[in-house]
Amino acid sequence: MQAKSALEPHDGVDTFNYQVVRQFSIMTVVWGIVGMLAGVVIAAQMAWPELNYGPYFHFGRLRPLHTNAVIFAFGGCALFATSYYVVQRTCGVRLISDKLAAFTFWGWQLVIVLAAITLPLGITQGKEYAELEWPIDILITIVWVAYAVVFFGTIAKRTQKHIYVANWFYGAFILAVALLHIVNSLAVPVSMWKSYSVYAGAVDAMVQWWYGHNAVGFFLTAAFLGMMYYFVPKQAGRPVYSYRLSVVHFWALVFTYMWAGPHHLHYTALPDWTQSVGMAFSLILLAPSWGGMINGIMTLSGAWHKLRTDPILKFLITALSFYGMSTFEGPMMSIKTVNALSHYTDWTIGHVHSGALGWVAMISIGSIYYLIPRLWGREKMYSIPLIEAHFWMATLGVVLYIAAMWISGVTQGLMWRATNADGTLTYAFIDSVKASYPYYYIRVLGGILFLGGMFMMAYNVARTVMQGKSVDAPIPTLQQAHA
Amino acid sequence: MDINLLRQIITVAGLVCFAAIALWAYGKPASQRFDEAAMQPINDDDLPHRQGREQ
Repeated sequence: MQAKSALEPHDGVDTFNYQVVRQFSIMTVVWGIVGMLAGVVIAAQMAWPELNYGPYFHFGRLRPLHTNAVIFAFGGCALFATSYYVVQRTCGVRLISDKLAAFTFWGWQLVIVLAAITLPLGITQGKEYAELEWPIDILITIVWVAYAVVFFGTIAKRTQKHIYVANWFYGAFILAVALLHIVNSLAVPVSMWKSYSVYAGAVDAMVQWWYGHNAVGFFLTAAFLGMMYYFVPKQAGRPVYSYRLSVVHFWALVFTYMWAGPHHLHYTALPDWTQSVGMAFSLILLAPSWGGMINGIMTLSGAWHKLRTDPILKFLITALSFYGMSTFEGPMMSIKTVNALSHYTDWTIGHVHSGALGWVAMISIGSIYYLIPRLWGREKMYSIPLIEAHFWMATLGVVLYIAAMWISGVTQGLMWRATNADGTLTYAFIDSVKASYPYYYIRVLGGILFLGGMFMMAYNVARTVMQGKSVDAPIPTLQQAHA
Repeated sequence: MDINLLRQIITVAGLVCFAAIALWAYGKPASQRFDEAAMQPINDDDLPHRQGREQ
């Protein structure tokens, strides 16, 4: 495990393209704050409904703004940044095209800005996580194709023999998201900002949740597993626990995820057998999901002591723990009888945030803390204690959030199904709303803690950037193929 | 050809394909490749070393 010293950068030496990684890394922090602030605002609107002002500042329009901002702006920028970094470092070459990479950056930022304008204006296709109207959908497609060209083009010109497993996950994410986005967004435009989906009825619902669940599967899972497979071994200083397991669970995820979407449509007009197929495949998904979780956590075996002192590693490993929790919870909730209790309640919101805050955000935050010093020629972040404080605030925030939503959700589910001896409903709907209020306040508190941590991160990142200077690292002269 | 037959063939082909991948991954020849691949990022030193002198 003798690490070779990197060459010092000087003229005439080929370098990696860190510029685009720097841009996406900074925007990850910026959009993280924007998206999570939107989340705190809508959480407050649930707790204090008088905060819903006018049409533009209403929950119904801010909610898609929140989801798009955290998934596609925060999560998306984190994935662009890390995938460009990982593909260059593990392939031993610079990105195939600096111009095209820059185009993906500016194009993606334009998509985000357009989303931030159109969604509050009420311009929407009405499909969850696919709300953006057709002109923006076309822009997304163009940017995504450019992304695919840069990523796979870089892999094609690699000097390393192997395509490291993280790249497989990123690659699957890029291909699957292209497929999902194009198929689900097919629409007939009637004007500049209005279109109708080409699908109708139950088919439309199935296409939407085929998209929706695979957005979870490939955007929020596979891609972030790619992140995990690079940054956990690097931060721990140890190779992946089982490379073989990473290959097998990668293909298991790819073959299984595509079928799980129908669990979003239990007890709807979707044919019953389709619901059962969705449930069966969701249960199967537990195995490959836990394969990844175990592989990541076990990478630390023999180096557990590092967890005590390294807050970046704490972020990464806690993220994996939340990943394990939410990928256990998900299959359980896909069981029809469990779903009869959980569906349409806050339990779903709790489940999503255990994945989104616990897994996606934490693995991204840990990876960005890893990247920032390296991108600005520093050995470490400006303040390690500040990362530690961020970690505890974030963890406490997630725990408060999901615990509150679990209790609220189960309460709602039980109240909605309760019947009197004569068969009438025990509770009116408004009774369950009243019962949820205490948990909505706790959710606001959890959200504020998580958002507060992001502000600490922004300060820490800014100070690190101010101390350092942007350096493009030289490409190590052919990392000798050992063994 | 009946569309449902095609669907069945593709489903079974997917399963066979996965089984083949799993068998390959657990074979001897693959394990040496995997060891090499797993060490690549660890051997790649990406930490800047100059900052001390720059201050």
